[in-house]
Amino acid sequence: MAILEVKGIEKSFGTLKVLKKIDFSLERGDVIAIIGSSGSGKTTLLRCLNFLERPDKGSIVVNNEVIFDAMDPATQRESEVRKKRLHFGLVFQNFNLFPQYTVLKNVTLAAELLAKGRPNFKQEKKVILKEIQDRGKMLLSQVGLSEKLDYYPHMISGGQQQRVAIARALALEPDILCFDEPTSALDPELTGEVLKVIRNLAERNTTMIIVTHEMDFARDVADRVIFMDGGVIVEQGPLQEVFGNPKEERTKQFLARYKKG
Amino acid sequence: MNEILVIVTRLSESFMLNCKLFVLTLLFALPLGMLIAFGSMSRFRPLRWVVRTFVWIIRGTPLMLQLIIIFYGPGLLKIPFSWPNGGPGRFIAATVAFIINYACYFSEIYRGGIESVPVGQYEAGQVLGMTKTQIFFRVTLLQVVKRIVPPIGNEVITLVKDTSLANIISNKEIIMMAGEYSNKGLIWPLFATGIYFLIFVGALTILLNWVEKKLSYFRA
Ligand SMILES: Nc1ncnc2c1ncn2[C@@H]1O[C@H](COP(=O)(O)OP(=O)(O)O)[C@@H](O)[C@H]1O
Ligand SMILES: [Mg+2]
Repeated sequence: MAILEVKGIEKSFGTLKVLKKIDFSLERGDVIAIIGSSGSGKTTLLRCLNFLERPDKGSIVVNNEVIFDAMDPATQRESEVRKKRLHFGLVFQNFNLFPQYTVLKNVTLAAELLAKGRPNFKQEKKVILKEIQDRGKMLLSQVGLSEKLDYYPHMISGGQQQRVAIARALALEPDILCFDEPTSALDPELTGEVLKVIRNLAERNTTMIIVTHEMDFARDVADRVIFMDGGVIVEQGPLQEVFGNPKEERTKQFLARYKKG
Repeated sequence: MNEILVIVTRLSESFMLNCKLFVLTLLFALPLGMLIAFGSMSRFRPLRWVVRTFVWIIRGTPLMLQLIIIFYGPGLLKIPFSWPNGGPGRFIAATVAFIINYACYFSEIYRGGIESVPVGQYEAGQVLGMTKTQIFFRVTLLQVVKRIVPPIGNEVITLVKDTSLANIISNKEIIMMAGEYSNKGLIWPLFATGIYFLIFVGALTILLNWVEKKLSYFRA
């Protein structure tokens, strides 16, 4: 059963059509790599899934629950959206860590704020906060940053910052974790450590959508591949099919460019 | 010797007017500036336009002129409003002029500070399920504060010295007091006023440096 179904998403900025009839679905535990040249709409698609943009048409279904439907305003109410967007996590290209908080606090802040809404928060405050702290530490050790809990973002490298951002996104246990070119703001020597963390997540069957230009990495972790161009999905399918035996001319050309380079 | 003491006491008393004007201006202009900043960033165009034009006028004309207009304007334009008589009236008029003037300067600093926080910070908060209020108070506010402390500090230091402009509408502040002595041929009190300002500004500078240092543990 699909954990995510994206149906007929369309999005324009003014007169510019950025996404046209985007349809795809994702199984639990699967990793989808989205590839395509710059300007093809990959970021916009991730932003739509995370409610940072509102699609003009189409719907998004998670675990058989319609979390967004362009035709149904009830799915777009602010308070609803805030709950529903937690199905997704998003790791940004340029991390967007909160500079005034320590590494650990970056990971725990949102969980702490959410916990305040729980009915039993007042009575069990200490226990709840301790749990959140412990989970934050566990996640940071998972991304190899146990030593850096009390550091501020500006004190650590870009690769380490991106790993914190991954831990932060995991803290709220999203069903689907999205990455928007997680290594393209990094110096080449720092990409490896971030990709390794994502590989680990894939091995633990984390459901992920990864926009990337790292073709070798995509080949490594992805179960399925979506190739986008000009706002449409030109081709999608299992990794071996799209990479090994692309059907569309545009896909062939795109992949050929990467083989040479 | 006795005369020196008398003059110093007089100068100190009149400097209290500068101090009161300073404190009242900050007390009201800092929050009012925030209101004006929100107006100048409003999504409602007419409001934004009106507020920005107002700020442009206030920042584009001398404070001295604004003092004169605010104090004498109602009488000259035959507006059915008048300031209270005598010293209190002059002081209130001066305070109002200062508050409006400084609120406009502060509003531009606030706006710059708020607009300089990268959108990515809001978006990171949104994606993590935070409410708008939580994002403002827990994510952006401290970053804005860090950015605006230096420019606000500059304005506050300028304000200390600007308080002497209140004498244009006959507020007996320290420089006017010293001027009365120099008219009589006694020059040193005029120079002595400089010491008052230097000490005041010196103390403020120390305070502002301390605040900046407190906020230097992170980069934004
Ligand atoms: N907020 C926006 N306003 C207007 N145009 C935008 C906006 N965001 C993206 N675009 C345009 O949409 C197209 C797709 O952008 P994007 O989704 O960022 O592509 P990609 O991530 O594949 O490089 C580009 O032409 C871009 O200029
Ligand atoms: Mg992009």
